Amino acid sequence: MIDMMVPELGEYALILALCLSILLAVVPMVGASRGNELWMGFARPLSKGMFLFTLISFLCLSWSFLYNDFSVVYVASNSNSALPWYYRLSAVWGGHEGSLLLWALILAAWTLAVAIKSRNLPQDIIARVLAVMGWVSIGFYMFILFTSSPFERYLPGFPQEGADLNPLLQDFGLIVHPPMLYMGYVGFAVSFAFAIAALLSGRLDAAWARWSRPWTSVAWAFLTLGIALGSWWAYYELGWGGWWFWDPVENASLMPWLVGTALIHSLAVTEKRGVFKSWTVLLAIFAFSLSLLGTFLVRSGVLTSVHAFASDPERGLFILIMLAVVIGGSLLLYAIRAGQMRSESSFGLLSRESLLLVNNVLLVVSCAMVLLGTIYPLIVDALGLGKLSVGPPYFNALFVPLMAIMLIFMGIGVTSRWRQTEISQLVQQLWLPGVVAVVLGIAATWLYSGELQHWVTIGIVLAWWVVLSGVRDLYNRLRHRREKLAGLTKQSRSYYGMVLAHLGVAVLVVGVALVSIYSEQRDLRMQPGDSISFREYTFIYDGNRHVEGPNYTSDQGQIRVLRNGEAYTEMHPEKRLYTARGNVMTEAAIDPGFTRDLYVALGEPLEGGAWAVRVQYKPYVRWLWLGGLLMTFGGLLAASDPRYRKRRVATAAA
Amino acid sequence: MTPKRKQRLLVVMFIVVGVSVAVGLTLFALNQNINLFYSPTQIAAGEAPQDTRIRAGGMVVDGSVKRDPDSLFVRFDITDYDKTVTVEYTGILPDLFREGQGIVAQGSLNERGVLNAVEVLAKHDENYMPPEVAEALAKAGKMPMPEGQEFNK
Repeated sequence: MIDMMVPELGEYALILALCLSILLAVVPMVGASRGNELWMGFARPLSKGMFLFTLISFLCLSWSFLYNDFSVVYVASNSNSALPWYYRLSAVWGGHEGSLLLWALILAAWTLAVAIKSRNLPQDIIARVLAVMGWVSIGFYMFILFTSSPFERYLPGFPQEGADLNPLLQDFGLIVHPPMLYMGYVGFAVSFAFAIAALLSGRLDAAWARWSRPWTSVAWAFLTLGIALGSWWAYYELGWGGWWFWDPVENASLMPWLVGTALIHSLAVTEKRGVFKSWTVLLAIFAFSLSLLGTFLVRSGVLTSVHAFASDPERGLFILIMLAVVIGGSLLLYAIRAGQMRSESSFGLLSRESLLLVNNVLLVVSCAMVLLGTIYPLIVDALGLGKLSVGPPYFNALFVPLMAIMLIFMGIGVTSRWRQTEISQLVQQLWLPGVVAVVLGIAATWLYSGELQHWVTIGIVLAWWVVLSGVRDLYNRLRHRREKLAGLTKQSRSYYGMVLAHLGVAVLVVGVALVSIYSEQRDLRMQPGDSISFREYTFIYDGNRHVEGPNYTSDQGQIRVLRNGEAYTEMHPEKRLYTARGNVMTEAAIDPGFTRDLYVALGEPLEGGAWAVRVQYKPYVRWLWLGGLLMTFGGLLAASDPRYRKRRVATAAA
Repeated sequence: MTPKRKQRLLVVMFIVVGVSVAVGLTLFALNQNINLFYSPTQIAAGEAPQDTRIRAGGMVVDGSVKRDPDSLFVRFDITDYDKTVTVEYTGILPDLFREGQGIVAQGSLNERGVLNAVEVLAKHDENYMPPEVAEALAKAGKMPMPEGQEFNK
């Protein structure tokens, strides 16, 4: 009997979580402003309770999916009994309502993590941080309960079979991409909460930067991973081998990433030198606001996009109001309190501080430019001036040069010193890496392609520049040590985190430059026996075979690949028909490699037994995601630095 | 001016110059790269410019899709149920492209009033209709019902 009520239990649990979040938002906050220890002490248990009930609610929805309870509207429209169990579970976040519940769960999990992991923070700070998390949670719980509950029922008559999960989403990439991305988005809520708590308490010393840093780095690492996974998924699943489309929803995740990247660098300056405080607070507010804006853009359906689920004006309005409250409220607080922030030290015009400021300005400018390109069509439309879209050339024309400038400063930044750096000293340090980077970059480009295409050359030179200036910095650190190897182990984890992340940038740049310029693609009509050659590879089409899957039927192309005339591999691209909805889906065949991917996708059947076939050669495409992974590990490594866990010792040493 | 103020002034000037250059470049790039959307009715009325990159959207007319037997060339008509525009495209059409489906084509009009498409977009959900198409149809009073409600759910 109890199993009939699981969706209702899920809804009750969510309502209880809302009640707890209201308590969490109010009680510790009042306690902190009155100095009431008892009230502040409620913050941790309330956070735990909020997480528990959100988890119960999420498990209830998962249960409904696992046991095919099609009386639940959301389950019926996103699942099917023929789906394998793991896709039934990942279908929980395959639609709007469920992905919001996942969002709420992750928010509660971050709140719980802050509650558990921050034993050594002053109690009034932790009470305020958790209370701010409570405020954010209230918004999301109300959003789910009032506009998009996943537990609504079809009563009395309900369908016997579900409408199936969108076939594009029946894939490993979808199982992992949204949770990782949300971990990043929601993680910035923690940085936001720390910034707001610092503003509220008026204790705007550098200490909050140290508390906030590991959380921000972890959030940034997850966001990086989420974006990389999304790009990888689009590459192999959408069937045309693109890895970044400047799609508004991709932009929605890129914007918080850019500001988040600025934030982790700015936090470093604030922690080490006690300057840029108000700027850092502002970045923390913007990073989270952009995460919310991303949610608004995706969920309100105002955009034409791959990700636009069924849209609803009411939901859009709700998020818009929430956005206005968060941005307006926090900026108001900022305006009142920012005047009290004082720099604790000064710095010269040429110093690590000012170079990091340049990095921040470049990142924020590129974010603003992405934002403009993304919302410009919305503004023009709202003003009734017509329908338009902004194409990738706009983004490429601005983003690529800005990033090139940033890479130049990246190399200078890592070798510069805090407080004051002399130009002569920088030149003395960097002339060798600079010359070697140019020589190696040109040589590598020439060896690879036999020509010097300007963007590729610039990209490779800059990648070498980033790597070599990092090597120079490492050499400086070890120069005065007698035992070089022992010196290597003495460097901190945050340092190695930075090295890994910067290396990731270099790897990413190489991948972007080569795959953008030297990809080869041919769309052609192929009859059994036809062949086509790319570089040393020859693709021979041997016709199609019929294949049956669990919930689809498929035409599977048989393609033999020869390398220099010898048998190399076989590739089997598919054209699938998902029977529940009658959806047709392209399943590309990929032969991955470290320096190149072979990519074959079937188009459509043509007359006379022929098929339209798309054959692609993608050089160094894996380096894109390898770079993303390196950045992710860099962020996590930096966050795991033991010094963040030793507050007393660290303050004493500083 | 004290050295500190001088330094601040320099920083502020650096930011102001940087931001204005960025804004200028941005607006320039934006103007070069916007693609305006036109409905078949607007194109038939001659409102759309020739030889400029535009977007056009509508429903693919039943029975209008003609393929060249020897290549990937394809020709089809799109309509807002008022006027019709012919689209020519060479390449692979998206999975959800079919007759009766709402699509958006990106390309330029030639002197015959035919859209030479470089890209054809059909979105990833069979109930989904590009908002531009839905609005163009609604304007022409030709929104298909009852599917129309499904599109907006």
